[in-house]
Amino acid sequence: MLRRLDRRRTKANQQSDRIDEGYYLASQWQLIWRKFRRHRLAMLSAIVIIFLYSLAVFAEFYSVNDYHKRHVKYAKAPPHTVRFIDEEGNFHLNPFIYDMTQKLDMETLKRLYTEDRSKRYPIRFFVRGEPYKLLGLIDTDIHLMGVDEPAVFFPFGTDELGRDLFSRTMHAARISLSIGFLGMVTSFVLGCLIGGVSGYFGGSVDIIVQRVIEFLVSIPHIPLIMALSAAFPPEWSSTQVYFGITVVLASVSWPPLARAVRGKLLELREADFVMAARISNMGDMEIIVKHLLPSFASFLIVVLSLAVPGMILAETALSFLQIGIRPPAVSWGVLLQDAQNIRSLSQSPWLLIPGLFVIATVLSFNFLGDGLRDAADPYKQ
Amino acid sequence: MKHYVFQRLIYMFFVFWLVSVVTFVIIQLPPGDYLSTYISRLEQAGEELSEEEAANLRRQYGLDQPLFARYLKWIGQVLQGEFGFSFDWQKPIKDIIGERLALTFTIAILSTIFTFAVAIPIGIYSATHQYSVGDYVVSIIGFIGLAIPNFMLALIMLYIAWKNYGLNLTGLFSPEYLDAPWDMAKVGDLLLHLPIPVIVNGTAGTAGLIRVMRGTLLDELNKQYVITARSKGVGEVKLLFKYPVRVALNPIVSGLAWLFPSLISAGTITAWVLGLPTAGPMLVRALITQDTFLSATLLMFVTILTVIGTTVSDILLVVVDPRIRMERAAS
Repeated sequence: MLRRLDRRRTKANQQSDRIDEGYYLASQWQLIWRKFRRHRLAMLSAIVIIFLYSLAVFAEFYSVNDYHKRHVKYAKAPPHTVRFIDEEGNFHLNPFIYDMTQKLDMETLKRLYTEDRSKRYPIRFFVRGEPYKLLGLIDTDIHLMGVDEPAVFFPFGTDELGRDLFSRTMHAARISLSIGFLGMVTSFVLGCLIGGVSGYFGGSVDIIVQRVIEFLVSIPHIPLIMALSAAFPPEWSSTQVYFGITVVLASVSWPPLARAVRGKLLELREADFVMAARISNMGDMEIIVKHLLPSFASFLIVVLSLAVPGMILAETALSFLQIGIRPPAVSWGVLLQDAQNIRSLSQSPWLLIPGLFVIATVLSFNFLGDGLRDAADPYKQ
Repeated sequence: MKHYVFQRLIYMFFVFWLVSVVTFVIIQLPPGDYLSTYISRLEQAGEELSEEEAANLRRQYGLDQPLFARYLKWIGQVLQGEFGFSFDWQKPIKDIIGERLALTFTIAILSTIFTFAVAIPIGIYSATHQYSVGDYVVSIIGFIGLAIPNFMLALIMLYIAWKNYGLNLTGLFSPEYLDAPWDMAKVGDLLLHLPIPVIVNGTAGTAGLIRVMRGTLLDELNKQYVITARSKGVGEVKLLFKYPVRVALNPIVSGLAWLFPSLISAGTITAWVLGLPTAGPMLVRALITQDTFLSATLLMFVTILTVIGTTVSDILLVVVDPRIRMERAAS
């Protein structure tokens, strides 16, 4: 303890007096924010997550083509190579692509694509294209990227039916990312409620709830989720399936959360600072608002940020196995269905690109959770 | 000790009963019952069923009785080893699930061993070499292992094996050994196919375990007794393995209890991609074709296997850590 204080003092001495004063006057949240900002990887992850969610919110703006439209001429086309240097070796500041033409190899029946180097198609930014409603409110037709007709731009290539994988990935982010978030909120409410009840009442209620949780944890998650979501009636609409899956994911993932909430509650109730507050004649309400909630909130944020990736992975796996989100709705798992066997994978490896988005999301949430945990821990410098 | 094991076994059987109830609920969950599916199949095949015949069938299968009675009837049959009939496979369920469950269990156990064999040494290394290049490399690889969905890792490994070595490693056996009797060549073939499922299943757990091992070992290494031992001139290797590593192993052993369910879980999806003849793909197919009895039976057995694994790990933990033994005995 003394050593820690010492270290803090030397560190503080190195900084200017003004910052020094700020450090001691800072509230708990300000301290957390300071520590979090120092955690570079977590900051980067936060930015990546914000970026990914922006893809989901403004999917129409980011997409290059209509994500349902089938471009028959370009089925299973590889991603376009974005170029800066043309045939003659001239450098162009504005990146451009060459149009592709399809040829069917009559022996292997494989589609081969060759670039037509005769005409450059510069990538235009903020172009007008398909009309859509931004945020479902504002009518507009401006897209981030596009090329002049008759060429069509496929940054990530196309799938078997010639649909633009890039635009599909953007739209899929919507379901994949929001299901993680919604599922987390639902299981958070359930977990807090049940864990809170268990921790608050104690006694036999506590014992029963704990046994139920132990039982639920011992059932393997994925098979259970699969069994539950396979029970959805086939006539359900995409929206119903979407909410159904959210509920299933949440109902399976609340037990560990409830256990954590209960454990933390019991620990906090006995903590010295709560005792000190009680001795100094603080009311129950004041203790809860001023002491319990802040220590609890930081803990919850950490737990939640670590719970989201599990949900996203589960949804991806379900949709991948064709018992989750059903086409024509798209999620990253639905897109990955096309890459299920070696043959399609060896012919068109770009079909795995949506998987990279899953990895980026899960990694970012993990790093963010780690950073938040370090920042929220008052004993860590 | 005996008392504790006995208690744990009683609890295990109680959980088995709960599992059977949940399974039964899941069988009843989908809209319509298996009989209406069956009747509509008969009608599609051109057979006419009168109201009376349908009612007779209903009575024969006990569908006119209340839920509670049906549960008792079902559990009675299950205890006698009759799990019902798989419509999809056109075979009694007990004939088709045995081998698959054995393989599922084998792969889960092998993955557990793999996870421990990889995670513990790496965890020790990255704790003793904190903030070194090796530590960072291991952490990054661990995180990536955590983030890649299992099925994607499986796909990528298959792709690499196929692209570079021309090997098609889907399934557990090459086609020529599929129905062959067991001999050395078949075992060799199995050994060639096993690494991918084991590695793929193991990676996610490995990453988590490395972090737990690293964290607890670091905490332990900063404690006074380590400094005391060092000041007395105890060698670094002996210092490390005498106490800190043993203490740090504790959370890992207790982690077995959750590692096992997650391995079975993860195995379900990997097995689908890899085309393994385990319970996972069979379950997926049964769910898609709404072969309810098969899927519910599989779910029940997978859960029971998990509960057995968890119980074993709990008992192991008590064997390993005398402190827990005291605590449990006291309570």
